[in-house]
Amino acid sequence: MRPLPPTALALRGLKVLVLNTVIALGITLFENHSFGLNLLYSHCIGICIWCYIEGANFFLVDNWQKHVYRLIFIVPVSVVLGYVSGHLLTDLILGTTSFQYWKQTPRMAWGMLFVSLVAGGTICWVFVSREQLAAERQNLEIARRQASEAQLKLLESQLEPHMLFNTLANLRALISLDPARAQTMLDHMIAYLRATLSASRAPAGGTRHTLADEFARLHDYLELMAIRMGPRLRFTLDLPDALRDQPVPPLLLQPLVENSIQHGLEPKVEGGSIRITASADHRRLTLQVQDTGLGADPARLQGEAAPSPGHGFGLQQVRERLATTFGSDGAMLLVAAPEGGISASVTFPLKT
Amino acid sequence: MTVATALIAEDEPLLAMALQAELARAWPGLQVLRTVGDGASAVQAALELAPQVLFFDIRMPGLSGLDAALELAELWPPAHAPHQPFPKLVFVTAYDQYAVQAFEAQAMDYLLKPVQAVRLQKTVSKLQQTLIKNAHTAPETIANPVPDATLEATLHQLRGLLEHSARVTGSGSGMGAAPALPRLQVLQASVGPQIHMVSVSEVLVFEAADKYLRVLTADREYLLRTPLKDLLTQLDPDEFWQIHRGTVVRASAIAVVHRDDAGKLSLTLRERHDKLPVSRLYAHRFKAM
Repeated sequence: MRPLPPTALALRGLKVLVLNTVIALGITLFENHSFGLNLLYSHCIGICIWCYIEGANFFLVDNWQKHVYRLIFIVPVSVVLGYVSGHLLTDLILGTTSFQYWKQTPRMAWGMLFVSLVAGGTICWVFVSREQLAAERQNLEIARRQASEAQLKLLESQLEPHMLFNTLANLRALISLDPARAQTMLDHMIAYLRATLSASRAPAGGTRHTLADEFARLHDYLELMAIRMGPRLRFTLDLPDALRDQPVPPLLLQPLVENSIQHGLEPKVEGGSIRITASADHRRLTLQVQDTGLGADPARLQGEAAPSPGHGFGLQQVRERLATTFGSDGAMLLVAAPEGGISASVTFPLKT
Repeated sequence: MTVATALIAEDEPLLAMALQAELARAWPGLQVLRTVGDGASAVQAALELAPQVLFFDIRMPGLSGLDAALELAELWPPAHAPHQPFPKLVFVTAYDQYAVQAFEAQAMDYLLKPVQAVRLQKTVSKLQQTLIKNAHTAPETIANPVPDATLEATLHQLRGLLEHSARVTGSGSGMGAAPALPRLQVLQASVGPQIHMVSVSEVLVFEAADKYLRVLTADREYLLRTPLKDLLTQLDPDEFWQIHRGTVVRASAIAVVHRDDAGKLSLTLRERHDKLPVSRLYAHRFKAM
């Protein structure tokens, strides 16, 4: 175990001393030795036990959670050793010999050993459980921070400033050119922002919406991009009626569509098209995002590597959400599309 | 009111229209000759139309605004207008923190999208003043060729932008110089089933070629898959000089630097017969002592 900071050690020592004093008081109430003598014995034994336990912990226990069984062994051994050492220590101080005590009143001696065991066990348990609680609280805090960092990163990637300001600039241009179309664009933008914000606030793997909702949100995003890119972007969304009510994690496909646009179609001079489809066999649902963009080096499509450096975060996002929602039943596949570009598909169990 | 000509390069059609409309209000005398939607067309149109002002969007398909400006600076002046000074360049961007920092540092003119009338008015006044000033300087004649001051100034700014972006992408955090990577000593080039170990001290030229990097020594040639950009950070900049976008040469191996009639530089090496063109961007390195 890593050494305790001196203040924590001193605090523990103080607690041990208080407990020793309480035990001495208790014993004095039903035993005929003086309080002073009991106090001396109690402290000598208590401090010895504490030293043994603390020493054993230092050398034998790295981690409370993992080594609880070692503690079960350490406490009784330390108590017996501490009990004997404490008596020897008192003998040394008073110049007496305590072994007579065992001969004269064995019952009392066994009782005292029992008291020591109970006291040592109790205080050790209190210390350990408190520390465990603190460690758990810290782990929880770390997990919470990581989760909110991931959410923030997702939000940042979806409300990417470049996208946001370009869209606003287009909106500003449309207002004077074509107010009706500007209004439609603003509606798409509002729906996109609302969906993005609420998806980023939802607990991971928690909520679902229907496939019809998912396609509507993708439609909002693609409409925004189509206004920006003009004739360079064409898109089709194909959702069979039978699958409209299938539940999906909100905005699951969004990173795939963004990748298609940002890395496939936007950098391509002549632009291209993007096609989003849903299909199902009797057990599994397949959602596919296929573009005719720049595509990727086939070698990079193999395995876990992202087709291009910018692709990485979005793909990781989709993979993680599939894993948290469907476990090993969800899968994502990236392949080179027949017309150039990339075809990304996710599959997971159909809800029947 | 100054009368001038301009070219707009912007891939989003509505934004190109909006910029043109704003410019019509802020500068009625400005004639927008053409609007193009990608970097390569921008270079072509600029050479064809020889405008006085360029509005280049940074993020464009194919060639970025910065790359288009670099290429144009290489090819200027157009054959049909040999005395036309290099156009005044204005970059346009929606949001790019690093680029904006770099523009500020290089005193480069830029506009942020959506373009605001007040901000545009400032840029327009500045452009008008520069154009008036340029018109008053002695016109260049064939007998008395004056170097194109605008081109020189633009090259200086573009150099600054490139260095800035190398710093930003090199170090990630964007502050200060990229952490010095350990100098590369040996290159590992695959030749058929073998891997050849090539000492960097033997290398004379690195040349980017499509997906590969050609490595030339005195008597051999190797191909690497590492991009030149990645390798550059591991080479000693005093030992290896960049002379072109895709060419890095061992400085001590350069024998002669030639200047042709148009003022373009090229160089030959001591141990090889290749003639290597020097980009205008790096021509400032070659001056007689």
